[in-house]
Amino acid sequence: MEKPLLSVRNLTIDIPVGGGTLHAVRGIDFDLNRGETLCIVGESGSGKSLTSLALMGLLGKNIDRSADRMEFDGTELTTASPRTMRALRGARMSMIFQEPMTSLNPAYTIGDQLIEALRLHKPVSREAARARAIELLEKVGITAAASRLSQYPHQLSGGLRQRVMIAMALMCEPELIIADEPTTALDVTIQAQILRLLHDLGQEMNMAMILITHDLGVVARVADKVAVMYAGELVETGSAVDVFNTPLHPYTRGLLRCIPLPGKTARGSTLGTIPGIVPSLVGDIEGCAFRTRCPHALPACQSAIPLQGRPDHAFRCIHEDGKRHDEEAMA
Amino acid sequence: MTVQTTTSAVLELRNVTKTYRVKQGLFGKAKPLTAVNDVSLSLPRGEVLGLVGESGCGKSTLAKILLGLEAPSMGQVMVDGQEITAQDRLSLARRIQPIFQDPYSSLNPRKSIFDIVSLPLRVHGIGDKAHWDTEVRRILDIVGLPARVMNTFPSQMSGGQRQRVAIARALIMKPEIVICDEPTSALDVSVQSQILNLLGDLRSEFGLTYLFISHDLAVVEHLATRVAVMYLGRIVEESDVAGLFDDARHPYTQALLKSVLTPEPGLGVPDTQLGMAYPNPIDPPSGCQFHPRCPMAGAHCKSVAPRSVPTSHGHVECHLHDPDSPMYDAKVA
Repeated sequence: MEKPLLSVRNLTIDIPVGGGTLHAVRGIDFDLNRGETLCIVGESGSGKSLTSLALMGLLGKNIDRSADRMEFDGTELTTASPRTMRALRGARMSMIFQEPMTSLNPAYTIGDQLIEALRLHKPVSREAARARAIELLEKVGITAAASRLSQYPHQLSGGLRQRVMIAMALMCEPELIIADEPTTALDVTIQAQILRLLHDLGQEMNMAMILITHDLGVVARVADKVAVMYAGELVETGSAVDVFNTPLHPYTRGLLRCIPLPGKTARGSTLGTIPGIVPSLVGDIEGCAFRTRCPHALPACQSAIPLQGRPDHAFRCIHEDGKRHDEEAMA
Repeated sequence: MTVQTTTSAVLELRNVTKTYRVKQGLFGKAKPLTAVNDVSLSLPRGEVLGLVGESGCGKSTLAKILLGLEAPSMGQVMVDGQEITAQDRLSLARRIQPIFQDPYSSLNPRKSIFDIVSLPLRVHGIGDKAHWDTEVRRILDIVGLPARVMNTFPSQMSGGQRQRVAIARALIMKPEIVICDEPTSALDVSVQSQILNLLGDLRSEFGLTYLFISHDLAVVEHLATRVAVMYLGRIVEESDVAGLFDDARHPYTQALLKSVLTPEPGLGVPDTQLGMAYPNPIDPPSGCQFHPRCPMAGAHCKSVAPRSVPTSHGHVECHLHDPDSPMYDAKVA
């Protein structure tokens, strides 16, 4: 079997806060192959964005990151020097952020920023870089690409800016793209177009992608693999089909019940909810972090929770099938 | 109340138009931008009108006009049969209240929850401190917040709790109409469902009428009873909720519905066939304003603006559905 492009084991992120340590990410494992799309889905504060920043080596200095393994195509990222990381970032792994306005420099033209992204890493002439920039802008569906190069970010609409961000991330033909909520700020029509574009480009360039989102609709349509994150842990991982069709963790099922399904949920009916709130991640956390909100919690949930299931569809719960059959029988 | 109304509509818009003058560059000439273009809508009491459309289509301008924050350039807005320009701000505020998208910026961070929620009572000079206290407790209980949050500040609350505070503030004056401008799009899904359930419960309990602005069509389908689709300031289709979601007529509505990503794996991302560009509202396209993005557009659509034609469940502005238009037969092909 092919070696994964990215292999992460026991990634842990601790943030010192007043009065203790915030365990933002608590030992997560995943593998990603070339050309594959992994969606990390979770709610605010679940640690999904920190995970992506940790992979890129972009965490703040006071944040403590550790991992047994964080290997990108043979390079161990946990021990890589800042110099190695700089050479990787933007060239072989790039990132697309949620806010295209804050991640583009307002004082430089689109062209300058695109050309710099390539020339920083590759010995190409300005003319060649410019040609590549035009080619990519056209590829991401921007009309009159050549004339856009002299424009500034504020002259573009949100959808166009996000496309420029994508073009910039693609300048060096990276092997891995990490996109953190790339379409959350956009209209649904533009969202569909951008997601299609990312997917098609990923196929074309055999690019691996980590897509971070809270939108379950996006996940279902884009992901090959899904990782559901709750309170810093991956509570369920598997293929998109498995996770959506046979969700095993009670949290995953809870999330799916919260969203109205056109054609399935009766209009105006009461939507499912997950009672309670996310627990504080400051201090020692033992047992299942979801137990305070889980309808199936038992005293045993306070101790360590085993990982169950198959390697290709695993979940973290003490119940054999995460009580899926009980819930189905009740419904 | 002795005002007699000719219609059961609690809120009615008649040919409302709002035009701004926008300067093009530093020395450019100001050009008119029609944010809301000849909109007529009527909202019967107790209904939820979902208003959908892309950013820049004029949804929020329409909301501002309804709240009395902007005056329409032309046309009339009637609340209970009375024109709102004839009413003063205070009495209008008793009847119409907003809930905004972002509960982080819509609540004053320096004020306690008690101050925030009781402010409408104080502004209107209703009751004394003891009365405010009772009322705030009552409304917090209704929106599902414990009374102890009264002395806390917005920064101590989660997004969902803040949105409950915003709802409490909107409802304390017992308004008839609530304008919800993307009330759940800043919230996590598990919190979103709680707020949607709450809005649904409050509506049936207090007979509220909502204008529900959202870009999330699944949410609109769930909560709304009627839906209006807005494009470049015009309502291009209006219908009851079943008619719109089961039998959309306008190609734009169809494209919007197609772009909804339901959580069903294996279907992939749909191709909306909308092309890229949302047109510049300062320089809108001729004829039917949707024609540059419309997969069905013909020569007639480029030159002649469509009129509003009735459908079995509402009305639509599209040549494909106008029996007098040469495009009428094209939709079959």
